[in-house]
Amino acid sequence: MSAQPSPATTPVVVTLGNPNTGKSTLFNCLTGLRQKVGNYPGVTVEQVSGYTDVAGRQVQLVDVPGTYSLAAMSPDEMIAVDVLRGGIVDMPPPAAVIIVVDATNLRRNLFLASQILEAGVPALIALNMVDRLATEGVTLDIEELSRRLGVPVVPISAASATGIDALKLTLDEVLRAPAAPHLVLNPALEDAVATLTVQLAERGVQASAIELRRALIDAGGYAEQRLTQRAGPDLEAMLAALRQQVGGGRNLATLEARDRYSWIQAQLKNVEERGPARRRAGVETADRLVNHPILGTALFALVMAMVFQAVFAWAAPLVDAIDYLTSALGGAVGAALPPGIVNRFITEGVIAGVGSVVVFLPQIIILFTFIIILEDTGYMARAAFLMDRAMRGLGLSGQSFIPMLSSFACAVPGIMGTRVIANRHDRLATIMAAPFMTCSARLPVYSLLIAAFVPERHFVGGLINLQGLVLFALYMLGIVGGAVTAWLISRLYWSRAKARFLLEMPPYRMPNPRAVLSKLLSRAITFLQRAGTIIFCVALVVWVLASFPREEQAPAGVNSADFAAQQLEDSYLGQLSRSVTPLFEPLGWDWKVTAAVIASFPAREVVIAALGTIYAVDGTTEANANTTLTSRIRAAKHADGRPVYTLPMVFGLLIFYALCLQCVSTIAVMRRETGTWRWPLFAWFYMSGLGYLGAYLAFTFGSRLGPG
Amino acid sequence: MNTTLANLRPGEAGVVEGFADIDENAQRLMQMGVVEGMEIEVLRYAPAGDPIEVRVLGYSLSLRGKEAANVLVSRTR
Repeated sequence: MSAQPSPATTPVVVTLGNPNTGKSTLFNCLTGLRQKVGNYPGVTVEQVSGYTDVAGRQVQLVDVPGTYSLAAMSPDEMIAVDVLRGGIVDMPPPAAVIIVVDATNLRRNLFLASQILEAGVPALIALNMVDRLATEGVTLDIEELSRRLGVPVVPISAASATGIDALKLTLDEVLRAPAAPHLVLNPALEDAVATLTVQLAERGVQASAIELRRALIDAGGYAEQRLTQRAGPDLEAMLAALRQQVGGGRNLATLEARDRYSWIQAQLKNVEERGPARRRAGVETADRLVNHPILGTALFALVMAMVFQAVFAWAAPLVDAIDYLTSALGGAVGAALPPGIVNRFITEGVIAGVGSVVVFLPQIIILFTFIIILEDTGYMARAAFLMDRAMRGLGLSGQSFIPMLSSFACAVPGIMGTRVIANRHDRLATIMAAPFMTCSARLPVYSLLIAAFVPERHFVGGLINLQGLVLFALYMLGIVGGAVTAWLISRLYWSRAKARFLLEMPPYRMPNPRAVLSKLLSRAITFLQRAGTIIFCVALVVWVLASFPREEQAPAGVNSADFAAQQLEDSYLGQLSRSVTPLFEPLGWDWKVTAAVIASFPAREVVIAALGTIYAVDGTTEANANTTLTSRIRAAKHADGRPVYTLPMVFGLLIFYALCLQCVSTIAVMRRETGTWRWPLFAWFYMSGLGYLGAYLAFTFGSRLGPG
Repeated sequence: MNTTLANLRPGEAGVVEGFADIDENAQRLMQMGVVEGMEIEVLRYAPAGDPIEVRVLGYSLSLRGKEAANVLVSRTR
């Protein structure tokens, strides 16, 4: 990776376009993997940037999330306008805009393009998917189109990486001789913008034309709200007078849409000829199958079962392999270095910490392979279409289904998968509900406690097993917890926000392996860069807490398992656990259970290893360790001789694990995806509170019914 | 014949006449091509009867019944 040149000398070029135009594929094509992922300041919108060489000069590319219009109802949607007017902190005004346009869907794509051509920024159009024009039965006069629009139009195919050199060449010409297009669709509107500029300047408020245009057109929109804050409440009267002047009482947004589409119609006359699409047997069969009421639903169930199976089961051997490699590497390094605290820091802290990050990669890569393929084939939108009615009861849309489903394997890829959700409120509700789903890390905890304490009773002639029933109930508890949470957030928190489901259904396409791979790598790198660092740091902190202050040597006559138990008891973590034990006494826990639970807050599955250490289980063989642990926790007693693990306490503990957010990786990913600590912190307190309450109720009422 | 998009059956088409209420959803629909004078065709309903899939400007779009009921159309077939 080359050193990043100073921003003053590097021109910034932005990519803008509708969703489903192959914009991110083009972006990956231009920047390769030299990408940096951050957030636009103040909003939860992801900002991907990277560098590319244009005729021997470095150019910084910044991607603006796909949108159908510059109209903004929320701060998130204002990004495109702010980027164009140079109003983003630490980002200079763009030297040029690459407008990415789907050649097969020109009329709708030119709506946004025409808004950008009015913005007064040097621009060029990347006419993507030209290789599909013939099959769609469309012929285009690209030269004439370019002449009419007044900007260069470069035919490309991002998926097969053709036309990229020509695009760069044209970009170079635009950067050398920058000339902004000055399209004027509605002269009366431009007059109003000029008047408003003068009126605002008189009171010392500077605003760009593009901002004022949106404030005038989008009544009640975000541009107007923001301008009112700066210019004062009487802006309303100024806007009303100017709107009357421009529209004569008609809604300006309606006029804009009508004018723009008739302008587009005129531009495309004799430029775009639409003949019958070439019949593609595969596509027609696919369409009939996907939309068949019975077969289509069966296909959907099959695809979802496969996604679930893949994330749940296919990842398992890879996760085991990573665990094995991590411990093997730790063992080898531990043997090579002289024993001591540095040795243990490197093996138990650093190597195990890296392992705790990398271990998520199999599930993330497998889930995203599916998500990207489902999106690129166009099936994702169909799945959302099918599931929308069912998810609506929770205040969500069909787009939440796949992220929720994958959270049963692991909430980390599930929450990353919420980027398929267009509506930000739906997305937030889904993110908050996802950690309730029973993930694969809860399973070992459930199976240990159920096997040890829930009696093996059978009903209905052995068909129903009590242990299985308890496991099922725990799954249901997670689903209900998530559903109620999603419902609450969409209902109470965003009661003002209108639920909407306007979803483009892209045509069926064969995904390009190169494009899939580049998107996949970009996702994996994002995870490692952003969430990975947090997960790694927390792993180190926990190691330090559990390892200090340390006793250097086992006293004579004490075996290594007892010594490890003693070490943990005396560590900061052990001290902390004992000091908070009173808090957990109402749940029936003693300090040992409390210590194990606290040690597992960064990662819930750690509780088993922690219990093993606390009860001084000799872990030389795995089978031995499991049977010993089961018998030791069965025998565990309070100081007064009562058993610790009564059935009510165990049910309480199970409920605690079902509801609690004991996963630092999930918290890190929530932080990353919501762009603020507010939501992950809220989720942590909310879920921990629910878990505590559940465990308390189970223990209190269970104990009243009698132990066992 | 004037009606709303929600009343068109799969296979039926109409010309957009406007919106009963110009709310945020209506503005988004307009940006995506559902504007006065544009031809719109209902392709299918989801198995649960909602949402519906329509074709406008040569591409497919799905929307909920409630939003479709806000779109005024004159039926052409």
